[in-house]
Amino acid sequence: MAEIEFRKLAHSYAERPLSPVDYALKEMDFAWQDGGAYALLGPSGCGKTTLLNIISGLLRPSQGRVLYDGRDITALSPAKRNIAQVFQFPVIYDTMTVAQNLAFPLRNRRVPRAETQRRVGELLDMLELQPVADRRAAGLTADQKQKISMGRGLVRDDVAAILFDEPLTVIDPHLKWQLRRKLKEVHERFGHTLVYVTHDQNEALTFADKVVVMFDGEVVQLGTPQELFEAPAHRYVGYFIGSPGMNFLGAHLVSDGIGIDGTEIVLGGHWAAAARQHARSRLAIGIRPEFMGVSATPRDDAVPAKLVSVQDLGNFKLVRARLGPHEVTAKLPEDQPVPTDGAHLVFQPEWTKLYADDRLVA
Amino acid sequence: MRYAFGKIALVFYLLLLMLPIYWLIVTSLQTNAQILGSFDLFPPDPTLANFTRILTDRTWYEGYINSLTYVGLNVVISLSVALPAAYAFSRYKFIGDKHMFFWLLSNRMAPAAVFLLPFFNLYSTVGLFDTHIAVALAHCLFTVPLAVWILEGFMSGVPKEIDETAYIDGYSFPRFFVFIFMPLIKAGIGVTAFFCFMFSWVELLLARTLTSVNAKPIAVTMTRTVGAAGIDWGTLAAAGVLTIVPGAIVIWFVRNYIAKGFALGRV
Amino acid sequence: MNKTENNKAWFLVLPVVILVAFSAVIPLMTVVNYSVQDIFGPGQRFFVGDEWFRETLRDPRLHEAFLRQLLFTGTILAIQIPLGIAIALTLPTKGWGVSACLVLLALPLLMPWNVVGTIWLIFARTDIGLAGWSLAQLGIDFNFTGDPLHAWITVVVMDVWHWTPLVVLLCYSGLRAIPDAFYQAAQVDGAGAWAVFRYIQLPKLTGVLTIAVLLRFMDSFMIYTEPFVLTGGGPGNSTTFLSQFLATAAVGRFDIGPAAAFSIIYFLFILLFSWLFYTAITRISTGTR
Repeated sequence: MAEIEFRKLAHSYAERPLSPVDYALKEMDFAWQDGGAYALLGPSGCGKTTLLNIISGLLRPSQGRVLYDGRDITALSPAKRNIAQVFQFPVIYDTMTVAQNLAFPLRNRRVPRAETQRRVGELLDMLELQPVADRRAAGLTADQKQKISMGRGLVRDDVAAILFDEPLTVIDPHLKWQLRRKLKEVHERFGHTLVYVTHDQNEALTFADKVVVMFDGEVVQLGTPQELFEAPAHRYVGYFIGSPGMNFLGAHLVSDGIGIDGTEIVLGGHWAAAARQHARSRLAIGIRPEFMGVSATPRDDAVPAKLVSVQDLGNFKLVRARLGPHEVTAKLPEDQPVPTDGAHLVFQPEWTKLYADDRLVA
Repeated sequence: MRYAFGKIALVFYLLLLMLPIYWLIVTSLQTNAQILGSFDLFPPDPTLANFTRILTDRTWYEGYINSLTYVGLNVVISLSVALPAAYAFSRYKFIGDKHMFFWLLSNRMAPAAVFLLPFFNLYSTVGLFDTHIAVALAHCLFTVPLAVWILEGFMSGVPKEIDETAYIDGYSFPRFFVFIFMPLIKAGIGVTAFFCFMFSWVELLLARTLTSVNAKPIAVTMTRTVGAAGIDWGTLAAAGVLTIVPGAIVIWFVRNYIAKGFALGRV
Repeated sequence: MNKTENNKAWFLVLPVVILVAFSAVIPLMTVVNYSVQDIFGPGQRFFVGDEWFRETLRDPRLHEAFLRQLLFTGTILAIQIPLGIAIALTLPTKGWGVSACLVLLALPLLMPWNVVGTIWLIFARTDIGLAGWSLAQLGIDFNFTGDPLHAWITVVVMDVWHWTPLVVLLCYSGLRAIPDAFYQAAQVDGAGAWAVFRYIQLPKLTGVLTIAVLLRFMDSFMIYTEPFVLTGGGPGNSTTFLSQFLATAAVGRFDIGPAAAFSIIYFLFILLFSWLFYTAITRISTGTR
């Protein structure tokens, strides 16, 4: 178990990177606490697996250092780093039995036989693999195989961290839930540092204490699920987390504040101050559909908009409205009445965010 | 360390592999007097005389044309019958499909020597003896099962939904097969053609038995170099070098697909 | 893939059936026909039942040829399979070296079989061949046309030269089919090079190795042209293998009846052995424990 720290870490697969485009991973500085459960979330090709492989040592970063508990391990091999990794597709040793598979990492490290047996027995129980312990691993189902892969990661009690690379991709949906629960259970019991790569926001949000959102080789936000929801640090986080994604309205600086493109609406206050600092940037106003108020009657703090559609989705309603050139979505509770002709949109100040060049500024 | 050792071993192996071929080339570039007279690792006075002799002598170069003709015919016949059959095996279940498949493959296990006499009789009876088509048909004995097997592997890799979509879009089977399906497996067709070429090109026992003059393969013509005055080593070596050339050219074209063809484990 | 039941598919298979029937079934039936008759000439044939079979099976020359064949096949398998795996492990996995190696490896496989014989005929001669000459320089009295042991060694070396690349290519493709994750997992699990080979590479190669052994078994059991060119089956009969024996009987001596009987036994033996081997391997690799 260890704290994982990155110092000025960056990686490029090109031999002589010339521009930022050549970097699979842009420079980052982070420290992840010991015993935390971290989810690396992002679309395919955003660099999550690259980062994971750098943590495990399968890949040597082209720049910067990786530290475990303050010790520089950048140059160490995966075996020396003492980490465990579970891959997207189950990796099992075909010719061995289930029990032998689980014992393999210990055998390679010359752990005494009695200790090995004790650990393997414990895991077989915990993963409910006892009935197939002496079966050949080759003939098992995908979820059982993936359990074995996970078991090989968990069998060593001294590992610095356990890394998961989208481990549930090949698992049936109803078993996914079970395995995820098992994983949480294991985490609570042993307190390993866990790093979990996924592109599924539900998986990330339910599994992790902290979610690391990556986009285009960059960590755009590291925070609790709640922080990601309430204050997305990057437009991408706004789109990606939550359903439907955050509303963004392009904006520009005007003399007395920020004007939303194509409308008469002007925002002053702390937004205007922040916007002046980023005068040359591309500005946008962001608000989550959950925080977008809709009123049937005109109000002082509301702006009139044209109603486009209302969708009743059972426990909530989705209202789409047109505000100048923008289409805006609001998510209303089931019991709130919905206007039938015109809608008046209420931008609640504490949930209205300003983004400059895709980044949260106010 | 281990890595370096592996590389050295590989280079050493490849050198040993190429040495006999190199020696054949060296021999082909010398006159008989030079070959028998002195022993040199490099031809001291390389000459193309042996090659000129072969390429200007009709009986020699006709052997080439014969060989290439029956090999080409074989590739065409094998592919045209194997393509629909492989499609059937990869897409449909039908009565006796498994037995058919294994029966086809078992032909690959028949020693050519077993067929010498019956082939000779059969082709003589139907008047095909000493024709290119006879050799091509005889070689189909082992190239067709092989072609069906390799193609079936490639076709199984194409999702069935593609066929269904095409039929829904109103394609007839032949049109779908030629214009949609075949382009999808063109790598597979290339690999198959390569293996048909290979097995037909290297086989001689049947080719020799089924021909006498008109369709005599080049590799058989080579035996002419054994004359009363002993063996004409230079010409023999030059002819040998020339038989390697078509193979080498074909490999060069399919080099990126070879591993893939083998990857299906179907040779 | 789910296959649809459709007996019309037979029409697609029909061309193959006709073709193979013409080039395999009719000849085989002829062979069966010959094997039970004594033929003196056109119109002069007598039914002799299983006489040719019994005679063939009692023939001591055949027994010798059969034992030689087994020894030869065993020897080349014992060399080619391990050597092929070893070379495949050293092949590069990326870069221009891949194509270069594959092309070089495939070269011997694309040579007409009698050219293979010819190459070694030249290469192994002490007067004009590099290998023979080198051995002679080392003081070894090498003579593959006179000494049975030397002839044997030459034929085995030639076959290893000719066919090991096939095993290499098969193993190489098998190795390339192993996903990277297996190597990465092994690295994380702290497995050494031997453990990687023993528990990942070798088990994953079972499929291609089965095919490699089957192919090499079948083809070496049918070997004819190369030793025929190189040694002509001699000296004496020391390199006369089964196909050569058969060809001599059928074409050389025109003992059509016994040759046909022998053909059938020969073919059935290869079929039987291949089937046994195949079932054994598949049973081992799919069985539990």
